[in-house]
Amino acid sequence: MTDGAKSWLLHGGVIIVLFALQSVLPAYHHGNLARIMVLASYAIGYNILFGYTGLLSLGHALFFASGMYGMGLSIQFLGLSPGPALLAGLLAALVVTSVVGFLALRTTGVAFMIVTLMFAQAGYLTVLLFGQYTRGDEGFVIQQSQRVFAGIDLSDPVSRYYAALVLFGTCLIISLVLVRSNLGRVLVAIRENEDRVRMLGFNVFRHKLIAVILSGVISGAAGATYGLLFGYAGATFATVEYSIFPLLWVLLGGAGTTLGPFMGVLFMFYLIDLSSAVTSAYMLIAGVALVLLTLFARQGLVGEVRKRLAPWLP
Amino acid sequence: MELGPYLLLASLEGAVQAAVLALTAVGLSLVFGTMRVVNIAHGEFFMLGAVLAWWLTSQVGGDASIGFVLALIIVPIVTGLLAAAIDWTILKRLDYDPEATIVATIGVLYIIQQVTLMTYGPDARPVPPPFNIRITLPWFGYSGYKLFVIGAAIVLLLGVWATVSKTRIGLILRATQLDSDIAQAFGIRVKRVYSIVFGVGAGLAAMAAVLIVPIQQAHYLMGGDPLLLSFIVVILGGLGSLRGTVVAAVLIGMSDGIISVFFSPTLAKILATLLVASVLVFRPQGLFGKRPV
Amino acid sequence: MTKKIIKSSVQDRRKVLKTLGAGAGVIAGATAFPGLIGYNQVHSAEPIKIGFQVHRTGIGAAYGKWYGRTTAAAAKVINAGGGINGRRVEIIAEDDGTSPKRGAEVVEKFANQLNCDVGFGTLFSHVVIGSAPRAGELKLPYFVVSEGHHVASGILNRYTLQPGITDVKSQVQAMAPFVAKNLGKKVTMIFPDFAFGYDHRDYFSAAIEKIGGDVIAKIAIPPRESSFTKYFPKIPKETEVIYHVMVGPAVLTFVKELGEFFGSKRPEIFGFIDSLEAVDLASPGLEFLEGTYFWEGNPRYAQSNQSEYDKFFRASVGVDNNGASLADSKDVATYAHMFGCWETLYVIKAGMEASGYRGPKDRAKLIEAVEAMSDMAHSRQHPQGAKRFNGKTHQVFGHQYITKVTNQKLVLAHTTSIEDTYYPDEVDYTKQSF
Repeated sequence: MTDGAKSWLLHGGVIIVLFALQSVLPAYHHGNLARIMVLASYAIGYNILFGYTGLLSLGHALFFASGMYGMGLSIQFLGLSPGPALLAGLLAALVVTSVVGFLALRTTGVAFMIVTLMFAQAGYLTVLLFGQYTRGDEGFVIQQSQRVFAGIDLSDPVSRYYAALVLFGTCLIISLVLVRSNLGRVLVAIRENEDRVRMLGFNVFRHKLIAVILSGVISGAAGATYGLLFGYAGATFATVEYSIFPLLWVLLGGAGTTLGPFMGVLFMFYLIDLSSAVTSAYMLIAGVALVLLTLFARQGLVGEVRKRLAPWLP
Repeated sequence: MELGPYLLLASLEGAVQAAVLALTAVGLSLVFGTMRVVNIAHGEFFMLGAVLAWWLTSQVGGDASIGFVLALIIVPIVTGLLAAAIDWTILKRLDYDPEATIVATIGVLYIIQQVTLMTYGPDARPVPPPFNIRITLPWFGYSGYKLFVIGAAIVLLLGVWATVSKTRIGLILRATQLDSDIAQAFGIRVKRVYSIVFGVGAGLAAMAAVLIVPIQQAHYLMGGDPLLLSFIVVILGGLGSLRGTVVAAVLIGMSDGIISVFFSPTLAKILATLLVASVLVFRPQGLFGKRPV
Repeated sequence: MTKKIIKSSVQDRRKVLKTLGAGAGVIAGATAFPGLIGYNQVHSAEPIKIGFQVHRTGIGAAYGKWYGRTTAAAAKVINAGGGINGRRVEIIAEDDGTSPKRGAEVVEKFANQLNCDVGFGTLFSHVVIGSAPRAGELKLPYFVVSEGHHVASGILNRYTLQPGITDVKSQVQAMAPFVAKNLGKKVTMIFPDFAFGYDHRDYFSAAIEKIGGDVIAKIAIPPRESSFTKYFPKIPKETEVIYHVMVGPAVLTFVKELGEFFGSKRPEIFGFIDSLEAVDLASPGLEFLEGTYFWEGNPRYAQSNQSEYDKFFRASVGVDNNGASLADSKDVATYAHMFGCWETLYVIKAGMEASGYRGPKDRAKLIEAVEAMSDMAHSRQHPQGAKRFNGKTHQVFGHQYITKVTNQKLVLAHTTSIEDTYYPDEVDYTKQSF
């Protein structure tokens, strides 16, 4: 079997398993998995820029929040229904990502880190500045009645799970297609040696910009979906914490792997959840786990699997 | 208030912020510049400095100034030793791999924060300043201790500069920063230098915290802002340039105060943030950076 | 494993060391049998499980600590008196990290995994607003102790109630008459630049302008700010009264710097005790507060007219007459807010007993029983003072207290009537279906 076929089989299998789990999971884990799938989509978006293109952004919360607020404010003030509101969220993320990407890509490395961080901070403060509409830190509720999509009530657990699965499945397939495409190979080449790629005649800036936009729009889609499925939009999601989380998830799961982001989110979620049942000092356990992971499984969970067992993993 | 006195007040406040920020950021600049590692736990060393200062001064009786002086000497050393231990046990084993260091130091951040929460608690506790003089100007009153902080930071920064540029240790440090392989070829124990640098960097942050804690309080989450600001300052100033770090700290500290004179607070912060971003967009190597990053 | 409130950090530390070792085994077991982690005690009468969503970490942690102590104390007293409907009350605490995302997850945990009868205890408004929608969807009665105006504003749902603590709108507008009459009519407001601060800004401005006052400056401080001096020059010279409310770990810096800036030549000052919750009034730098006034949800210092109910409350929770912990006089309580936990638990008890609550199937009946409540007498169950509950808006109203700093203590200067705090209804939750 070719590597390509193996990859497609694996990813298809993952989606099918998640689909099947819907009917067997107990209510609590069912809800958790819906949340995890949406956040994993955010992580996939981040991974495209960080894991594959090698650009470390500290401002992705801006893109996540753009999607969330684009969706939320459209429902709140324009009275849009969920479908158009999601598109509005995507559009908002697209605009913000393009502007920020265009400016930030004039820098690389650590300067890129700080510039993206600064734009994200400015975004967070802007949400607060327009607090009259956004309700700032406190945020606002998107009522159950406003979250009915083509007759499907998105606050119903089963619908929510399927919606999250649709988002995650789409993002996963996009990442797989990207990685196996020529564009994806150029991005990886840029990560490995940017100058060489430039000398080969590629327009590095254009490729990076595409990566940023793709990454940002997927993050925005995740943000819009999160707000829609869980009924809340707030400035908390624009804080720097929410830029660090995807970095953490991707590194834990395996940067530069397609399934890494999902494993990272899953691992962190249950690490915190199970630790908090045992002790109130769960962040301590999380911290220790992170240190141990870097000492013994440096490529991340999926990365280690790829290194030791299955080099064909995309 | 009229513009003149307002600007004076904003400048004083900016200077205090710049002073503490410069000291914290210089610590990070040494670590980042020499070892090229992103230490996400740098802010936690700052926080530990404040918490340990509170603990020490609450144990020591007598006049507040005794406890304060003791804290200024002992706390940075203790924090530095802890940092060096972390470097020895964790970071060295990672071989300073950039990504692994980020994750590991995030883990260290969680550990330090949680242990502090469990032992010191969630409250913000004050530390008495070594002296309580209030300077009365015609337009406003000002804390004499804040002026002392500015002066003390300047002295300490001069000390750091003198050590780095004039002593043998400073020479070893600069050599390692310039090219660690050649330095090793010259017989410099690079791994040991790294531990020392890591410890000194943390110690400087802790020292800055001891200075600021009588003004602010010691709280287990206080490391977040210093972390962000230090990184911004180090990169804005230019990697590997201590002078750049100090200049950037002064710029950011002062601008934060002065811009807020003219705009509403949140708008002022947005403008300051975008200003930093634009400097980097048009000059990615930072103000005094040597090579394009 | 049932979760008891952990009272002291020493116990906490030992527990961590023990459980870190056991943790690995427990985690393995928990993954295999998620349900088992809930019950290791078999009772003939199953306890009433109250899911306590508490800010153990994050910026709300200082409040969470006292919310935890008060909740544990109330549960102990309730159980000593026979529990609810003869069943023991069990408090199952989960940390929400003062995060709206984690808060929503904790609500799901209460409803779906830990099988709690109700959820209770959230304080910070953004966490309430992030968590309440899930409580409504999961049909979990959700009793918040937040002070936010969110419940009564109608943006939440029929399952969310606030019967144990008054909301900021009623507090703020009840202050306007006192300020205008006794302190001055030209007011400068200093408040945090988020929704909680806007509530102060909007409701107080409206209330004082109605009676001839004028808010001449509104200074919004960005959240997580740690130094405030640079904002004080924005206070106009003609200011007669400074109205301040600040939250977060930097509150002491705020008040100290205010003092440094003005010295003795200060205007009148009216603050909300939020600016000093958990802070010792005798801290150096606070001398200038002498003669200034505070709103207090519940007077921190025992007053000359202290009721027997306040005495009992203090003794049960472990707080002395200065509002500090009996075990450590430097550990000052968040006295203006924590009573809300005590009173809310008693409301839950009263509601369950009135509705004959037997289990989760009776949740709607429980809510209806609480909605039917109105007058709550000043009593051991309601030590802060008499209350009146508005079943339609799910919000309780009560007396507000104004105290004056006198010889480094807060002495009662004025008590509002409950009617002073009323405002027109903005929602009728009883019209919504379950």
